[in-house]
Amino acid sequence: MCLGVPGRIEDIWEADGTRMATVDFGGVRKEVCLAYLPDAVIGEYTIVHVGFALTRLDEKSALETLELFRSVGLLDDELGVTFDPR
Amino acid sequence: MKYLDEFSDPDLAQRLLQEIQATVTQPWAIMEICGGQTHTIIRNGIDQLLPEGVELIHGPGCPVCVTPLETIDRALAIAARPDVIFCSFGDMVRVPGSSTDLFRIKSEGGDIRIVYSPLDAVKLAQANPDKQVVFFGIGFETTAPANAMTVTMAKRLGLTNFSLLVSHVLVPPAIRAILDSPNRRVQGFLAAGHVCTVMGMGEYVPIVEEYQVPIVVTGFEPLDVLEGIRRVLVQLEEGRAELENAYPRAVTAAGNAAAQAVVADVFTTCDRAWRGIGTIPASGWRLSDAYTDFDAELRFDVTDIHAEESPLCRSGEVLQGLIKPNQCGAFGKECTPRMPLGAPMVSSEGACAAYYQFRRIDTAVSA
Ligand code: SF4
Repeated sequence: MCLGVPGRIEDIWEADGTRMATVDFGGVRKEVCLAYLPDAVIGEYTIVHVGFALTRLDEKSALETLELFRSVGLLDDELGVTFDPR
Repeated sequence: MKYLDEFSDPDLAQRLLQEIQATVTQPWAIMEICGGQTHTIIRNGIDQLLPEGVELIHGPGCPVCVTPLETIDRALAIAARPDVIFCSFGDMVRVPGSSTDLFRIKSEGGDIRIVYSPLDAVKLAQANPDKQVVFFGIGFETTAPANAMTVTMAKRLGLTNFSLLVSHVLVPPAIRAILDSPNRRVQGFLAAGHVCTVMGMGEYVPIVEEYQVPIVVTGFEPLDVLEGIRRVLVQLEEGRAELENAYPRAVTAAGNAAAQAVVADVFTTCDRAWRGIGTIPASGWRLSDAYTDFDAELRFDVTDIHAEESPLCRSGEVLQGLIKPNQCGAFGKECTPRMPLGAPMVSSEGACAAYYQFRRIDTAVSA
């Protein structure tokens, strides 16, 4: 919940007046709020905390971090995919 | 050196360790604040790779672990109401209250939803106008911007069926409390990088100056942690006390201004009880006066609920770094992740769970 996962911004749109994005976390895609990174653009990498993009990250660091998450089995936990959100 | 090959760059890890070896001439005690860093340290055996006498003390940086039992009991009371959809991060649902837990409430018909993003709770409120939707907003400065946004959105959308049960905690006051403790052993800190991505580094400047203690901001990956430790040790050996950023790829001095603005609007500083530690002045956030309409504690009138901690659990000492988890008599015996006595054994970010998961059980007997 607390670590923050890097991902790549794939798509950007507006919902109820808020900038939202689809972010790809090494194959897992999630809806992410861009309210705190308003000038982010498609193709950039960002660290996402509980559905909110909070900071940019370069591609190399992002991919390395994602690989680490995967290798120690933290990715599913942090992205909540082990749980049914509905 | 059995863990070294598990680093993403074993050569760099080896080099950092050699530099650390060459730097250290005397014993030092360093605290890592963040539970994610604790996990990295135990998982990669970093504490065992360091020179004799360099001790890592595991700090209280696990939000689930420091959420008071009382708050959990209040959450459970709200969650048990038939008119409520209760939403929480996954970590939190496993923490037992005084007499029940969220899983049991769910099996008894309670509507409990585990959400990934707090915004999912706002969506649930929109989709279920006949229900009260409550989000359990816990965490450090990293989750605060997300939790704050739920209230901003609920207000904008005119939602009268959404509220937040807030139990936010802050890192800098916790560092001060640890430094003020008469039992203080900590001589330097690793600060949590992602807390600083939000808040920036400014809050640590006065702490470094007042207490003359080195603070190095770093991430939670093995090499980040190792580099952070190296930098703290260099400062200690040279008799310096400075604030350094060992995580510049994610942290800027100013932090995230947009997030800080929303947090400042929605939350206001308050005294906060930390589980096992006690009340630390000005160490938490509650909803500011403009948003009390969204305060679940007031809406459901649960402020009368109080609770006593289990006397068996030594989590307070663990969270203050006074004992290691495997020095608790219940560790691995009465207390395991399947049957946790205390929150540090429940959360994946808790120190007791880290020790249990990464084979530190065998040392429990001798400790
Ligand atoms: S091992 Fe269990 S009982 Fe002991 S301090 Fe940790 S959580 Fe509490």
